[in-house]
Amino acid sequence: MGFIDTIVQGVLLGGLYALFAAGLSLVFGIMRLVNLAHGDLIVLAAFLLLVLVTGLGVHPFLAAVVAAPLMFGAGWSLQYVLLNRTLGKDVLPPLLVTFGLSIVIQNSLLEGFSADSRRISAGVLETASIGFGPVTVGFMPLMGFLSAVAVIVGLNLLIYRSAIGRAFRATSDDTVTAGLMGIRPQRIFAMATGIAMVVVTIAALYLGTRANFDPTAGPARLIYAFEAVIIGGLGSLWGTLAGGVILGVAQSLGAAVNPEWQILAGHLAFLAVLLIKPRGLFPRAVD
Amino acid sequence: MTALLETRGLKAFYGDFQALFGVDISVAEGETIAIIGANGAGKTTLMRAISGVLASDPDAILCRGEPIGALAAPDVLASGIAMVPEGRRLFPSLTVEENLLIGAYSRKVGPTWTLESVYELFPVLRERRSNPATALSGGQQQMVAIGRALLSNPDLLLCDEISLGLAPVVVRDIYAAFPRIRASGASIVIVEQDIGQALKVASRVYCMMEGRITLCGRSSELNRDQIHAAYFGAERHGLH
Repeated sequence: MGFIDTIVQGVLLGGLYALFAAGLSLVFGIMRLVNLAHGDLIVLAAFLLLVLVTGLGVHPFLAAVVAAPLMFGAGWSLQYVLLNRTLGKDVLPPLLVTFGLSIVIQNSLLEGFSADSRRISAGVLETASIGFGPVTVGFMPLMGFLSAVAVIVGLNLLIYRSAIGRAFRATSDDTVTAGLMGIRPQRIFAMATGIAMVVVTIAALYLGTRANFDPTAGPARLIYAFEAVIIGGLGSLWGTLAGGVILGVAQSLGAAVNPEWQILAGHLAFLAVLLIKPRGLFPRAVD
Repeated sequence: MTALLETRGLKAFYGDFQALFGVDISVAEGETIAIIGANGAGKTTLMRAISGVLASDPDAILCRGEPIGALAAPDVLASGIAMVPEGRRLFPSLTVEENLLIGAYSRKVGPTWTLESVYELFPVLRERRSNPATALSGGQQQMVAIGRALLSNPDLLLCDEISLGLAPVVVRDIYAAFPRIRASGASIVIVEQDIGQALKVASRVYCMMEGRITLCGRSSELNRDQIHAAYFGAERHGLH
């Protein structure tokens, strides 16, 4: 029974990792941009939620509804004003700029909020649980997993069933020809980063209500996001969900054997996938 | 009368390399012209400059008298000039129908060209609408590229080397669509190495060599020797 419980908790944790990773996967899939500040942007969004929850006294779910458009605007502007200038044949400028951005965000948060770790209170929902036969799952972890599935379904519908999604894929294929079709790649990239920041806000909601966070918590979240994306296969959103779940289950199993092995077990699972399938489990056909 | 498209002393560069040396062409409303020339003559560079892919002087390209030389590709499309690029350049992640619909991304699907009318023009595309565009034969891919450009309902269609790499029978099928495109009111610029094909559909012909126009005249009035000389550079002709 304990084994099943461990697996279930791992799957739910994987949902959180998939949320960390979905925005990263979206941005990489469309513009081949590896955003090293992605984890810090999740933490930034968590602090924004914290400010809204404590300042306005609203529930975290409502705060997320307020924060999402703000983060969309921030992501859109960040891409349009800064990151678009780094895109080109050379892969180094975006890495350097987002690495610098990561440092700027961390230090700004340290200045503004100190190094104390924080947590967003979700009230009674924090301790609420639902029983599924012999297994009991927490309400917030379950919501986190369901949100991850909803985000992946939503992003897939957007990308494969809408005009803007067609433009995303066309721009990803060939920016010059996309321009000839009236698509403005700079705006498409800004839109993609804006949407990624909405996903980041959802990830921040579950990060902040599930665990403590502090201004330097971003890089570790980035590593989990990276591992989920790479296990799943670059550019594949369902692969990202699968990658998150594999990572979560591996960490959960590792922790069950020895609590010190939780993080290590996740990294070992990542390395094992990388050895067996270097392009990930579900790589995009065109890459 | 103001020309639909006019270039005046158009120069174009790839870095320090000059590819066009003062090119003057004009296209009237409803007219079909051909630009012929050997490989490296500057035909594709001319198309890239007109369509906004390659930067040029603002006043070197005019659309209905308005300078468009400094406009980016999406703005050139918005002014009514659509391009069928060399090599087709279809989007591999998109199906045939999605490739066609991308053509209508920024310009509204108008009364002239709709998905339905493009399928009527090239019926085979309707059967293959759900296939990945790059799974089609070369000729069918060219039809998608033309249909995609038509869906922006252009006033001027630039066709860059549409017969390149295709079997003659396939080229004939594609050119069979041109009377219908012309009947829609669009002007057409055809860039070709296939001189015979170009002369058949165009009312006027420009010949290019080494980034310059070496011959210009009505298709019906040019003789084989004139074209041969302009194409291969045996003799330079006066421009008008």
